[in-house]
Amino acid sequence: MANDLNLSRRAFGAGIAAGLTVLALPRAAAALTVDQARALIDKAVADVNRIISSGKSQNAMYPEFEKLFARYADVATIARSALGVAARSASKAQMAGFTKAYQGYLSRKYGRRFREFIGGKIEVTDARAIKTYYEVISTAYLQGEAPFDLRWHVSDKSGKQQFFNIIIEGVNMLASERTEIGALLDQRGGDVDRLIADLKTL
Amino acid sequence: MGLTIPLISRKSGKFVAGVAVCLLLAACAGTPGADGINDPYEATNRSVHGFNRGLDRALVGPAAKGFGSAVPQPVQRVVGNVADTLDIPGDVANDLLQFNLGDAAQNTLRLAVNLTMGVGGLFDASTAIGLPGKPTDFGETLHVWGVGEGVYVELPVVGPSTARDAAGTVVDVVLNPVRLALPKKEAMAATVVKLFARLGDRDRYAETVDSILYESADSYAQARLLYLQNRRFELGQGGEAAGAAADDDFIDPYEDPYGQ
Repeated sequence: MANDLNLSRRAFGAGIAAGLTVLALPRAAAALTVDQARALIDKAVADVNRIISSGKSQNAMYPEFEKLFARYADVATIARSALGVAARSASKAQMAGFTKAYQGYLSRKYGRRFREFIGGKIEVTDARAIKTYYEVISTAYLQGEAPFDLRWHVSDKSGKQQFFNIIIEGVNMLASERTEIGALLDQRGGDVDRLIADLKTL
Repeated sequence: MGLTIPLISRKSGKFVAGVAVCLLLAACAGTPGADGINDPYEATNRSVHGFNRGLDRALVGPAAKGFGSAVPQPVQRVVGNVADTLDIPGDVANDLLQFNLGDAAQNTLRLAVNLTMGVGGLFDASTAIGLPGKPTDFGETLHVWGVGEGVYVELPVVGPSTARDAAGTVVDVVLNPVRLALPKKEAMAATVVKLFARLGDRDRYAETVDSILYESADSYAQARLLYLQNRRFELGQGGEAAGAAADDDFIDPYEDPYGQ
């Protein structure tokens, strides 16, 4: 007992440091709150709903969705994750080129699908903290379809509050993108430069 | 309830055989890799996938498109409703086997409402009055009983599945209460209605199906990923497992070793 109380100065100092680290950790994680994450997706969803119900032509809607995507999604992080292991050995210039090409590719690919949302709506129902990020839960009501579960993973680690993943009925966009980009890269013998060039035309 | 129990005892030989097959499949299950995918028969699966894709391109896709454009929307909906109603007795049987009395009651009520107010299942009257469908299957029953997912398999014609779900599909077809209760001709008609409903689904989700099968760089890997993730989500829903399932699919690109 006496021993336990007899802390050396160094141990005391280390204890304080550890204590401060522990105090600092939740604070860093709390920089973004559940409410803020939810508010962000509320806003994004309101923008999506506004575009869907604007009555504009599909072609006029695509660029609007693209802008929305660049604003609310952490495209750089999504791109890095999609490139997978290859991102480790890619040069800075390659990463920059890939991210740019990938953003265009992604906007075209998902922009085409946004037409399915016309006449529908998305409702945010809940939000919660998971590990190091937040999950905002929403339900999508599309015409002639049973409502489905749509989740948004939100983080502020890019420096901005942005979402980095979308989960549709359990299907994870990041995982699907990593599979797709991995296959495209394999088809090109692992040549990132060729992938970048080709992504612009896909 | 009265429907299923005598049928199970009448066909108990087949039923026991089915369960034995399931357990056998589960026994040689193995464990999924770091990516959550357990696919030791990938080479075989890929050739089946090639066959399925060819079948869709040559036959199923065009037939679905024809069905979608030739048959008026309300008729398509009726076909879908009848097919769904035909599935309800099987759903109730599985609900009971899962000891899920709540869903068993809801599905039984759905059956009653659709057969009466819904004019013999032509209309989905129960969804309209706030009783949405709670579809289930024997694969889910096996999951509830603690049988693991097993290896990933792509079945000819049927498509993506797992050892457990493949066994479930066999049991659902062989022991389907409606098929067993109806005379041969009517049972055949029921099967035809279900096939047409499937064509309707293929047409309704054409954009999604086409994007996976024909627009992705590796349609096999995409279909596998989609099936496994969606199936795990379905099975995790409503229970304690929901959070755990989400954790399995957890990706944090900010902490990702690949991303650094």
